[in-house]
Amino acid sequence: MSKKESFRTEIRLSGSGGQGLMLAGHILADASVIDGYRVTLSKSYGPESRGGASRTDVIISDEEIYYPEATRFDCLLALMQEACDKYVYDVKTKGILIVDTTHVKNVSVMNTKVYELPFTNIAKEKLGSVLPTNILTLSFLVKITKAVSLESLEQAIRETVKPAFVDLNIKAMNLGYELADNYEK
Amino acid sequence: MTTKKTEKKSGKKNVKKRVLLQGNEAAALGALDAGVNFFAGYPITPSTEIAEIMATELPKRGGKFVQMEDEIASICTVIGGSLAGAKAMTATSGPGFSLMQEGIGFAKITETPCLIVNVQRGGPSTGLPTKPSQGDIMATRWGSHGDAPAIVLYPHTVKETYELAIRAVNLAEKYRTCVVLLLDEVIGHMSEAVTLPDVSKYRVVNRIKPNVPPEWYKHYDENQKYLSPVASYGEGYRFHVTGLVHDAYGFPTNNSNEAAIMMHRLKKKITFNIRDLVQIESFHMEEAEIAIFAAGIVARSAKQAVIKARKEGIKVGLIRPMTIWPFPDDAVRKMLKNVETVIVPELNQGQMIHEIERLAKDKDDGKIIKMQMVNGELITPTQILHKIKEVN
Amino acid sequence: MAKIPQKRIHKYLRHNKKFPHVWCPGCSNGIVLGAIIRAIDELKIERDDIAMVSGIGCSSRMPVYVDFNTLHSLHGRAIPFATGIKFFKPHMKVIVVTGDGDSTAIGGNHFIHAARRNIDITVVIVNNNIYGMTGGQYSPCTPHDDVATTMPYGNIDNTFDICKLAIGAGASFVGRTTAYHAIEAQQMIKKAVSHNGFSVVEVVSACPVIYGRLNKKGGAPEMMTEMKENSITLKGIDKLPADKKEGKIIRGIFIDEKRPEFNDKYQQLVDHLKEKK
Repeated sequence: MSKKESFRTEIRLSGSGGQGLMLAGHILADASVIDGYRVTLSKSYGPESRGGASRTDVIISDEEIYYPEATRFDCLLALMQEACDKYVYDVKTKGILIVDTTHVKNVSVMNTKVYELPFTNIAKEKLGSVLPTNILTLSFLVKITKAVSLESLEQAIRETVKPAFVDLNIKAMNLGYELADNYEK
Repeated sequence: MTTKKTEKKSGKKNVKKRVLLQGNEAAALGALDAGVNFFAGYPITPSTEIAEIMATELPKRGGKFVQMEDEIASICTVIGGSLAGAKAMTATSGPGFSLMQEGIGFAKITETPCLIVNVQRGGPSTGLPTKPSQGDIMATRWGSHGDAPAIVLYPHTVKETYELAIRAVNLAEKYRTCVVLLLDEVIGHMSEAVTLPDVSKYRVVNRIKPNVPPEWYKHYDENQKYLSPVASYGEGYRFHVTGLVHDAYGFPTNNSNEAAIMMHRLKKKITFNIRDLVQIESFHMEEAEIAIFAAGIVARSAKQAVIKARKEGIKVGLIRPMTIWPFPDDAVRKMLKNVETVIVPELNQGQMIHEIERLAKDKDDGKIIKMQMVNGELITPTQILHKIKEVN
Repeated sequence: MAKIPQKRIHKYLRHNKKFPHVWCPGCSNGIVLGAIIRAIDELKIERDDIAMVSGIGCSSRMPVYVDFNTLHSLHGRAIPFATGIKFFKPHMKVIVVTGDGDSTAIGGNHFIHAARRNIDITVVIVNNNIYGMTGGQYSPCTPHDDVATTMPYGNIDNTFDICKLAIGAGASFVGRTTAYHAIEAQQMIKKAVSHNGFSVVEVVSACPVIYGRLNKKGGAPEMMTEMKENSITLKGIDKLPADKKEGKIIRGIFIDEKRPEFNDKYQQLVDHLKEKK
């Protein structure tokens, strides 16, 4: 994604409650603040804090953002099949779809660049826990989309996650970058 | 009437210290910066973050925070604290706001300052706790039984939530009444990059203290603007406060003259000061033929739609009430006079539109167009744009 | 100059516009108010430092007559209003005057939670076994089988024991007396007000005009006599044979314990956070 004179990037992170997408959205929004952009972060979820459909929208722009929900996504991250099915048609032409094949088995799209990896399983294998899947996928997303600078993302992660989990999440971040760099283009 | 002209600000350039702030956080920080030192509340989605911030911040500042057993207790404790001299507030949503109605009436008849932040959620009853709705617009005006005016402020951005929280506390103290800061669920829960405001930029209003000997003191003394000095409990003025209709000293009365004086006083202190109370934003209304009248989150969709429509050459603008009660009658009359069509989008089954229709004249028939949504989703800019094109 | 006689209660009564009071002939509210005033006088608390808060009902009309910081609030909500005052101005002595319906029916939730919180408020409950102001409906304290306008065939509902309720909820001072035992009431209220924590004094009272008439209890003298003859002290009740204990009004202080008080704990928190800074 190139940033022209005036830009508006709409990113939706979707999955189910408990997957850490709100935190990921918060970190992405924080990173855009550090980069000096305008940003809105809005969330939609059910009454439960675990399970149920959850989505976090981050809009990054250099102009005033009025409507705070993403409608045509430059990038959609889907960690669950249900979320993928529901939102995939609102990805912009030539937009980017990132799916976690651990939970998303069927993807049918046209004119959308799809990145498929079993993020949850990778996190479990290489990081020893599924918990940092959110940071892993977020860093993958940032590396692919260049929505924010890598320095800002790292700073935002360090400032947001609990001190005890910084190392693990930085490891997840680096793994995310690595996966993006090695992804077969 | 204060009219705020919207300026276009550039994003990347001129960056000061900015932080990511949630609407609920902004409401709490604004209230704290306005001097709120007392919070009693009960957890309820989607307003709970406000209580959590207050629970963390107030003890650090020597202020008071208590979680009560329900919302009824919360509003009563807030009023008790205020009578003892605190700048007091609570925060709630839907069902909790319903439970507070009796207390709100008590605050109004006893002219006790307090702030209630009501973060609206969907539906009657338990409804849609995490979804947006503008179903409380009339409840904030007419929710409590009896007959008393209301002051209700309605922000549409996180930054404005901070500013209007300060203003709400100020108005509560100045006009000695319960003021409601009405938020949309989306505003309460969304985060925006906000430039940290310089607190000293905002004026903080404190209650006027009496300067007469206690035996001369009238708790409801009238001066010309219906704003009288007020004592607090425990400071030498041993006054009486009752929810019964009362005389100037606060003692109950059945005397019809005294009852009329009291009731008029409640009304007049609002109507005589309407210019101080009402704030609206006028957005691209120059030569507008179509006006959108929208508040809160819906006004954000409307703004985006207006900008797009203007680019296509459609003369459309937006009037946005920042004070929803008292209703901006003058601005609406002016709008009705100057435009051909008014679109009223709102997240309910028709509340603000009744006020617009009330102000319309016979010949305005058919020129007021409704747009209503109650399924827990927002009205999008595209939907408003379609409506604009439909009526153009 | 001739010396004008003044009783000590006169200092505490509002002389202007507030009398005659609203209470019926024979009502116990005046006795209870007198006991409160004399207790405060003996404790030598400044009038400026006292807040008297009430809800709605006959006894809740007390505050308007006395020269304190007074608040006649909403039905059942006196305790939360009092909580607000005490919490913001902990140096004040906050006294709630309330009835049985006000405190245990509509205000029952606030009553038990204030007891749990152990906030330093004194609650004087004038228990006349009925809703007097609205004309005689049954309350949670109307005895079984007694008649009320909303229990015209006799009360089938059960009653609260206010003192047991308060103790169970965590009040650190709980006592019961009757309007007949005016001096005992005065002394008990004095102790309750001095107590640092949530204190409850239940004063069993006579409502001859409404409750008395509905239940053929006779006039005020008969009802007073009954309080005298049918009540017994805590010490006395132990000596009674089991079959004679039934239906007795037990008078005395059931609990008087020093426990951490809410405002003290809050202040400790504030001090602790200040130190950390």
